[in-house]
Amino acid sequence: MLTMVYREPVSNEIIKRAEEISGENFMACYQCGRCSAGCPMVPEMDLLPNQVLRYAQLGLADEILKSKTIWVCSSCFMCTVRCPKGIDIARVMEVLWQIVLRKNNACIHASKIDQKDLEDMPQIAIVSALRKCSS
Amino acid sequence: MGCGVLKIAYYPGCTVKTTAKNFEISTLAVARELGIEMIEIPNWTCCGTVFSLSTDDVMHHIAPIRNLIRVQEMGYDRVVTICSMCFNTLKRANVLVKEDREKLNTINLFMNEEEDYRAEVTVYHLLEILKNDIGFDEVAKHVKKPLKGLKVVPYYGCLLVRPKGIGIDDVENPLIMHDLLKALGADVIDDPFKIECCGAYHTVDNKNLVAERTYKIISSTKSRGGDVLVLSCPLCDYNLDFRQKETLALHPEFQQMPVMYFTQLMALAFGLGEEYLGFEYHYVDPRPILKEKNLL
Repeated sequence: MLTMVYREPVSNEIIKRAEEISGENFMACYQCGRCSAGCPMVPEMDLLPNQVLRYAQLGLADEILKSKTIWVCSSCFMCTVRCPKGIDIARVMEVLWQIVLRKNNACIHASKIDQKDLEDMPQIAIVSALRKCSS
Repeated sequence: MGCGVLKIAYYPGCTVKTTAKNFEISTLAVARELGIEMIEIPNWTCCGTVFSLSTDDVMHHIAPIRNLIRVQEMGYDRVVTICSMCFNTLKRANVLVKEDREKLNTINLFMNEEEDYRAEVTVYHLLEILKNDIGFDEVAKHVKKPLKGLKVVPYYGCLLVRPKGIGIDDVENPLIMHDLLKALGADVIDDPFKIECCGAYHTVDNKNLVAERTYKIISSTKSRGGDVLVLSCPLCDYNLDFRQKETLALHPEFQQMPVMYFTQLMALAFGLGEEYLGFEYHYVDPRPILKEKNLL
């Protein structure tokens, strides 16, 4: 198999936008994997948190925005407090799903939540789920 | 503290008025015992529950800031919260506008019915007030029925301790609740899962995800010999207590365990009546283990 290696810097508008809204420098990541090692949601993820950063460095925006990972992240900030490069990874995840949400693609619809659940669940669960997963 | 009264503005938040009434009832009862007058903010609204992390999103900081204006209007410069989510959202929004005057100005310009927020209020969690204003030694003096023999496992979750600079204790090894529970005479057991996420709002759209988290956390607690898991967040409480039903369905060998708020254990140790404990708001009933330990 022939692999082409290019020297041109990666440039992707979506990734640039994500860097701008998050205020984080994606290139700072040196792939130590500490974020993924501590992330309690990893069993549910298709891309590991460090892979999301690597994909972002490579400009692979579509792969990231299609992944389950950005939605599974519940902003527990474990990765954020552990990143030796000071990247607020939870913030990066939120900005990535914000980019999807701002195109009106919700992953939770209030009308589809079970009535019994609505009655039983604490309001903070419902409000935060809709804040995080609907536009 | 002696016989003086500590007056502080109190932001309850929505959930302690509904599914987590046991948290508020016990909080107000123990505060009274300790001479803390918690004055509920008039006309408080939802805090937003989550702090918006996108730097271009100012709109979602309005709800928490509006509540802080209410504190300012009361003439107080300190506000106490009990819910970890409210605490985190209010404190982060407050820190943000203290550091970013341009955003503060935008928010003030947007709201024309309220007075401008001067960013002079400080947000506290009740645990901080108990530790720093009252002192755990003073708390211990109010204990009438020490929680002797009760093996309690403090669980901090995410938003009480993270991120750094917002959390009330060390981000990796918080001990504030441990120290409080020791002052109540309980046997405190440390658990490595004490800072791991419970699955949070995924409880709405993915119960099994949360049930798996509950399985990991409660099983670890159980394996260390814990009797009760102790926490301060109504969402963690719901996930770790009520989702034990789904956990048992996924893992038949799973052993259930009661979950309580730290204020309930304080009320118990202070010898306050069952009317201040709110046992009807639990899924796994803590009463059998409390009776076994002669605490009820």
